[in-house]
Amino acid sequence: MSEFDPVPIVLNINGTQYRLFAEPRRLLSDVLRDDCGLTGTHVGCEHGVCGACTILFDGAPARACLTYAVQAQNHEITTIEAFGGDGTLSPVQQALHEEHGLQCGFCTPGIVVTMEAWLAENPDPAEAEIRDALSGNLCRCTGYHNIVAAIAKAAARRREGGPT
Amino acid sequence: MKPGAFSYEAPATLQEVLQSLAVWNDNAKLIAGGQSLAPMLNMRLARPERLIDINRVNELTGIANRDGRLRIGALVRHDALASSEMIRSACPMLAHAAETIGHYAIRKRGTIGGSLAHADPAAQLPLVTLALDAEMEIHSARGIRMVPARDFFLSIFTTILEPDELLAAIHVPLSSPQEGWGFRLFNRRAGDFAIVSVAATLARGADDTVGGLRLAIGGIGPVPVRAEQLVAGDLAKSLSKPLSKDWPARVGAVVADTVEIEDNERIPVAFRKELVAALTREALDQALERIAERAS
Repeated sequence: MSEFDPVPIVLNINGTQYRLFAEPRRLLSDVLRDDCGLTGTHVGCEHGVCGACTILFDGAPARACLTYAVQAQNHEITTIEAFGGDGTLSPVQQALHEEHGLQCGFCTPGIVVTMEAWLAENPDPAEAEIRDALSGNLCRCTGYHNIVAAIAKAAARRREGGPT
Repeated sequence: MKPGAFSYEAPATLQEVLQSLAVWNDNAKLIAGGQSLAPMLNMRLARPERLIDINRVNELTGIANRDGRLRIGALVRHDALASSEMIRSACPMLAHAAETIGHYAIRKRGTIGGSLAHADPAAQLPLVTLALDAEMEIHSARGIRMVPARDFFLSIFTTILEPDELLAAIHVPLSSPQEGWGFRLFNRRAGDFAIVSVAATLARGADDTVGGLRLAIGGIGPVPVRAEQLVAGDLAKSLSKPLSKDWPARVGAVVADTVEIEDNERIPVAFRKELVAALTREALDQALERIAERAS
């Protein structure tokens, strides 16, 4: 057995414990998708630029492709699967739906995860701030206008204590 | 893009990290936020045999104000730098610069120590630590040494750190009450590395003369450079007084004409020269405005 061989890894994802074996070099994004079956986390560029694989690492947005699964042990990982569910949508998901804020949907999980965390810290953002926050998530379909409108709508609803 | 094979450890103490570094030496890479190293690993531009994760090491965290300087642990993340009340009041330029790094998710993970050890010639924190005369606290199993920022960066992606050394903390002198500051960068897309960036501090002397000027420029060569010496002669003469409205533009013009700008295929020297002139002027305008705000 070499030291590069798979090692036992325990991950806490969306409140559920996953036990698996993975080489230290395995990206968290790949382990989420291939080993845990959580395919909502999308993989785009694999070097931190596109934002499609964004997850929450102890509540803060992080690129799953710049994290190795072995590093995520003893931390709380939250993926897109934790948002909405059972026929309900998170505020950002609902607003994206209403404002036509997605077309192909590939970038959407990363945008939802990033912006839900960002709105929790920035409840009353100006449009320029929304655009700046969105700059870390590439979308090649929408031209961003509808996403910006959706984030503004989700922010307003959160402030009013609307649908969550 | 998947990294090559490596083995992994995540020691809990600085001593264990230094011992491991002493053993693995240049076969190891330290990983903190991973926002620079992980892309290099994934693209196989770096192929370490061993990854030493320092995220668990408490000794590398925290911000403390002692002896007129801030001691900032290497693991302090950009988002914490930008939002720390202590940094915003004691070293406002550092907080502002951290706010401009990458994107929201990147700032939540990336660390000050990681950015400085990575030493991208266009990055914000190397530029600002150079402008503010910061000192690097460097540890190894052999001991501790302090290195000024101006001696720390050797070349592109290259610092004075030996393979068995770790950047543990950054010491930054507190901003002086007489001082204004300015920070400007230009890039084509939000979150990209700057094409050119400028950091300046300016103290106003008696009778509207220049009491002190620090000027640092990034993105024009393999390391960020200090440039105020280029105007020292002019400062002593016509540029020094009074601190008139067109003073920032005149300094920008002199610096752009005299500073060495490395040629590169991607961005012509002429363009970067214009950026140096414009961003220097804007950074000094900001510094003058901040001095005026304090006086009022």
